[in-house]
Amino acid sequence: MPPSSIRKSGVFIAFIGGCGLVVLLLAVHAHSRRLADALPLSRNLAMVGNLGLTDLCLFTEARYTRNPSQADFHAPFQDHPLALDHFPVGSLATQPHRR
Amino acid sequence: MIELKQISKVFNSGQANEYTALEGISLSVQPGLVTVLKGASGSGKTTLLSILGCMDRPTSGRIRIAGLHLPGLPDDPEGGIEVTGLPERFLTEVRRRHFGFIFQQFHLLKGISVLENIMLPAYPIGTEHAVLLERAQHLLGIFDLARKSSAKVEWLSGGEAQRVAIARALMNDPAVIIADEPTAHLDSHLSREFMGFIARLKAEGKTAIIASHDPLVYEAAVVDRVITMRDGRIEGEGTAES
Amino acid sequence: MGKGLQRQLHILDFTLAALRRRMGRNFALLLVYTVVVFFLGSVMFFTQAVKREASQLLNGAPEMVVQKLLAGRHELIPAAYLEKIREIRGVGSAHGRLWGYYYDQVIGANYTLIVPEVAPPEPGRISIGQGVARARQLAVGDLMTLRGADGGQHLFEIKQLLAAESELVSADLILISAADFANLFGQPPGYFTDIALAVRNPNELATIAAKVVAILPDTRPISREEMARTYEAVFDWRGGVLIFILATSLLAFAIFAWEKASGLSGEEKREIGILKAIGWETSDVILLKFWEGLVVSLSAFLLGSILAYLHVFFTGAALLAPAMKGWSVLYPDFGFTPFVDPAQLFALFFLAVVPYTVATIVPSWRAATVDPAAVMRS
Repeated sequence: MPPSSIRKSGVFIAFIGGCGLVVLLLAVHAHSRRLADALPLSRNLAMVGNLGLTDLCLFTEARYTRNPSQADFHAPFQDHPLALDHFPVGSLATQPHRR
Repeated sequence: MIELKQISKVFNSGQANEYTALEGISLSVQPGLVTVLKGASGSGKTTLLSILGCMDRPTSGRIRIAGLHLPGLPDDPEGGIEVTGLPERFLTEVRRRHFGFIFQQFHLLKGISVLENIMLPAYPIGTEHAVLLERAQHLLGIFDLARKSSAKVEWLSGGEAQRVAIARALMNDPAVIIADEPTAHLDSHLSREFMGFIARLKAEGKTAIIASHDPLVYEAAVVDRVITMRDGRIEGEGTAES
Repeated sequence: MGKGLQRQLHILDFTLAALRRRMGRNFALLLVYTVVVFFLGSVMFFTQAVKREASQLLNGAPEMVVQKLLAGRHELIPAAYLEKIREIRGVGSAHGRLWGYYYDQVIGANYTLIVPEVAPPEPGRISIGQGVARARQLAVGDLMTLRGADGGQHLFEIKQLLAAESELVSADLILISAADFANLFGQPPGYFTDIALAVRNPNELATIAAKVVAILPDTRPISREEMARTYEAVFDWRGGVLIFILATSLLAFAIFAWEKASGLSGEEKREIGILKAIGWETSDVILLKFWEGLVVSLSAFLLGSILAYLHVFFTGAALLAPAMKGWSVLYPDFGFTPFVDPAQLFALFFLAVVPYTVATIVPSWRAATVDPAAVMRS
């Protein structure tokens, strides 16, 4: 059986090159998405301004997770002193710290 | 020509298991001839071969290889290079260009194909791949291994592995072939075949140094010189007949 | 082609042939490595994109919001405070805001009700966000019932659905008129939820906040900068849950590297000895080990990062969604504008590639430098 004329190193270089090409394509994609999103972004910005919104709608489990920037510093204990923070997202969303 | 002066090799120097493998070896290996080191196991043949082939350094003594030029190194006035104290980098260069080693256990790399095993010695040199491929396939042809070129070396018979080991040793077209007990795992037919290869190499002008206690080797017609060793010393010399 | 390049390619050929010998094991290693990079990369891209989105969008938030506190809790703020705030020098404009939460018992979801300052809906009609519409299967023209503080059912007609592209800020919103808001929640007249104000000179924000507190000691001013920083902190590597994700990924990388660094087997040492014997220099052997490390780690890094990008920006981080959702019933359906911080990406590259490659080279150092006969003897 004659040896393959395709060198293994060639295959690897081609693979890396392929990945590099994909990365390039994704960079182009990112750029074009950024351009495309510019208009919706400005519309959303206008909505935030009109409605006076202060937070992203990410965590809707509880009041203090929905508006972390507005929440009290002891928000998790709102209901009673032993109401330890039981929402999973409480580990992520904390109140703004004054600096 | 390879010249050895008062070579000795001591292992584990200063420790309880100190062992002198070679002592007071002085010898000149003539180019273009077949030299056999004859002796029982433990006589120091393998150690001497390692030192001759620049794979190991002697504990004391000097080695000079005539007719060898390395870029970056001055020649000594008599021509050739004093190899004994060379840094590892230069020693490897000498090994690569000048010597082809055939080990007793062949030492082929498992899991790699026959073709690649043969090409390995040339990889670091940086020659064009096509050139390497051509040379390797030429060698495969000479040793009748073309059919086995993609086979993994574990699957080869003893004789086939032997031929691959020789082919690998020849990849960089070295001036000197060194073989350590080449017929140890071969039957008489293959042993004679091996000596036939040596004869061809001699005809091409190459030098051969073989260590063996097999009569089929040291009594072969192609052998020019037989050096007998015992307990790390040279005991005597003769031609093939004696 | 230069000799240098050919040498690299040849050694790479051999590296790949050697890796192929234990194909199953090396492939599994590559797979796991890729998964770790994918995981870490996904979290990284996601948090970078959210942070950026937040910082961009929240530029439109009110410059300052003033809350009234009672016993440390957020309380309704009297209209009289609004007058006092308007009198502070440096305040451009101020208005009372009306907003609150509504817990929908039917599906267990929370909505945020807001009375818009500009063009509020007519009484009896509401505009709802896409998330609410999805949760309650509502369309324009449908009727929605909200349970009031008085126990009664209040009926509203859906006037409009808020734009789908704004889900990230509006998914759970219900826009309602002031009268309906007061009716629904039983909020007494003369009170607002809080006060939003704009200042003439943004540099004066801190001073004005101090003045507010001086005049109204039971209030808490929150500046826009603090609001924006909330999201910086939420998705900061140094805090919260993210640090565990980082730690486990680092641990994984460390384990891979340690496995490599824990020394060569006798077989590997012997092979290096053979290579040296047939003419490979120390630098050739080191290069071999370098490629061995790089092939695996670089491939894993590229594959993992590409997959992470696709995961976050094409599927909206579908695999991370359950973690983000937590116990929320209502979750916005959004896609992020792709944004990758080059510094963090480089850090990921460094983490993924360097320790592993170094760990592959270092144990071979000794075997690569000694004379081959010694190596083959041992």
